[in-house]
Amino acid sequence: MVDSTIEAIATTPPQSYGRRALKRFLKRPMAVLGLAFLVLLALIVIFGPLISPYSFDGQDFSLIGSPGPMTAEHWLGTDELGRDALTRLIYGGRVSLAVGLAGAIISTLVGTVVGAFAGFYRGWTDTLLMRFTDVMLSIPTLPLVLLLSGLFRPGPVLLVAIVGTLIWMGTARLVRSQFMALREREFVEAARALGAGGFRLMFRHILPTAIGPITVAATLAVGSAIMLESALSFLGFGIQPPVPTWGNLLNSASSWLSVAPWLAIPPGLCILFTVLSVNFLGDGLRDALEPKE
Amino acid sequence: MSLGYIVRRLLGAIPLLFGISLILFTIVHLAPGGPLDVYVDNPSVSKEALDQIAKAYGLDQPVPVQYVLWLKSMLVGDWGYSIRTGRPVLSEIVLRLGPTMELGGLALLLSLLIAIPLGIISASRRGSKLDGTLTLVSFAGISTPVFWLALLLQLLFSVHLGWLPSAGYKSIGDGSFPDRLAHIVMPAAVLSLATIASWSRFIRSGMVDVLNQDYIRTAYAKGRGERGVVFFHALRNALIPAVTVIAVDFGTVISGAVITETVFAWPGIGRLFMESMDGRDYPMLMGLMMMGSVGIIVANIVADLTYAALDPRIRYG
Repeated sequence: MVDSTIEAIATTPPQSYGRRALKRFLKRPMAVLGLAFLVLLALIVIFGPLISPYSFDGQDFSLIGSPGPMTAEHWLGTDELGRDALTRLIYGGRVSLAVGLAGAIISTLVGTVVGAFAGFYRGWTDTLLMRFTDVMLSIPTLPLVLLLSGLFRPGPVLLVAIVGTLIWMGTARLVRSQFMALREREFVEAARALGAGGFRLMFRHILPTAIGPITVAATLAVGSAIMLESALSFLGFGIQPPVPTWGNLLNSASSWLSVAPWLAIPPGLCILFTVLSVNFLGDGLRDALEPKE
Repeated sequence: MSLGYIVRRLLGAIPLLFGISLILFTIVHLAPGGPLDVYVDNPSVSKEALDQIAKAYGLDQPVPVQYVLWLKSMLVGDWGYSIRTGRPVLSEIVLRLGPTMELGGLALLLSLLIAIPLGIISASRRGSKLDGTLTLVSFAGISTPVFWLALLLQLLFSVHLGWLPSAGYKSIGDGSFPDRLAHIVMPAAVLSLATIASWSRFIRSGMVDVLNQDYIRTAYAKGRGERGVVFFHALRNALIPAVTVIAVDFGTVISGAVITETVFAWPGIGRLFMESMDGRDYPMLMGLMMMGSVGIIVANIVADLTYAALDPRIRYG
């Protein structure tokens, strides 16, 4: 009995961290579904505008004046300027997803660097960086983004930068706590004994060990960035028409709500399902990458 | 919990407020056109008049001096004058605070009344179909854009069914309790959705942690029924971690209020913020941002104090 167990252990090939994580991830149906939806959506927003017979700002002058109904030519109808709603929805998805991804990348970079320095160096570096994080957390986010975009009237690139630099605080706190715990571990001490300097210790040795929680935070940040951008664009201070985003599509649809409700429903559904998928994916990644054992 | 701890928490907020004021001041002054941006674009305001206004506001001084002057007057309650209405910023804000308190208060009440039972049910039926459904629903609630939900409700209850007024604080010439209630239902529902969804999750996880404790098993062993165990033994401890989350969510509530009040034309400070955005009313925007930040800081302090009061294990010197 005991022998066979030992034999079984000896003959089972050791599974890598990645393989075990994948196995755990695949056991979460909602996370897999979320990932599948996001992949599908990415394909649609990349290739959709190429297939569509309309361009996002192309107008059918015979349909100008008020929103047009859903027809065989215009599956989701047309807006008040005679533009195809489905094409604008898909193109808007391209913008919203791009903003979400880029915003999340920036936020993760800022949060990781701030958290790494605070957690690794401790002392006054930690105090200073964490007080700054507290300050940023104490300013209401949406009003601050509104203020910044009202003042600077940013183009898409600057807007992404603004969104990214306002949602990094959670990541910073998380990375800090990871670094504070990991810096005391033997492998870090060993590397230090071998002569590794601060940067090498932080980014070659500690960071890869903390990559699981950071990946989860980065995933969830995509959802926050999409939500923040669409709220901003909905209020009229984000990406400006004629470039569509899901947020500003809802802004223009809201003026035609009683006449053309079909314009107001699809962009919201897109935001809902995208953010929902991101949240499910993040949740699944958390279980896969940070097993509680 | 000692008085010393409370005092120390309050003192700790001072550098925080200082940092916030510095950031906000810098942002407004870095902006192209500066605080007088709105006049610069106006062709009927001459260069001389502009200089005069700048002088009146102290804008001809070096920026650090301006900051100190501004901070000083903020501290004594002189928050400047609204560019849009010409009235003092502080009194304008106080005027609009009432409707926001009404809306926020109702939303808070709704959130607690719905989130706590949902969390308890989910936790005590852990792993059941009901728990799974509630989890799914709360994920959807967290992922729903507030402004879209607002539009959907307006579409359903105002446009189609005609049951509720689509926007506003009260009807003209009315203002009776039923009339005001009809106006507040949709905004309050919209504002509380996200908090219900996220709070019920935290109450569930707090409850699950507590229900696995030994003392709960002891309570069952002593013959306490499930109801008794859940409400008398578990609930108080399960709520402790949730308190922190509720405070942290205060910032989200502020953002939600700006959107909700705008969509429903609710005359509170969230809408005042958007009106000031459109009018590029910087003194007002600065005042509102400071106000919001103070709100977040106070919420966090209150949460920490409540945490300490609920949990006797926690003793801050």
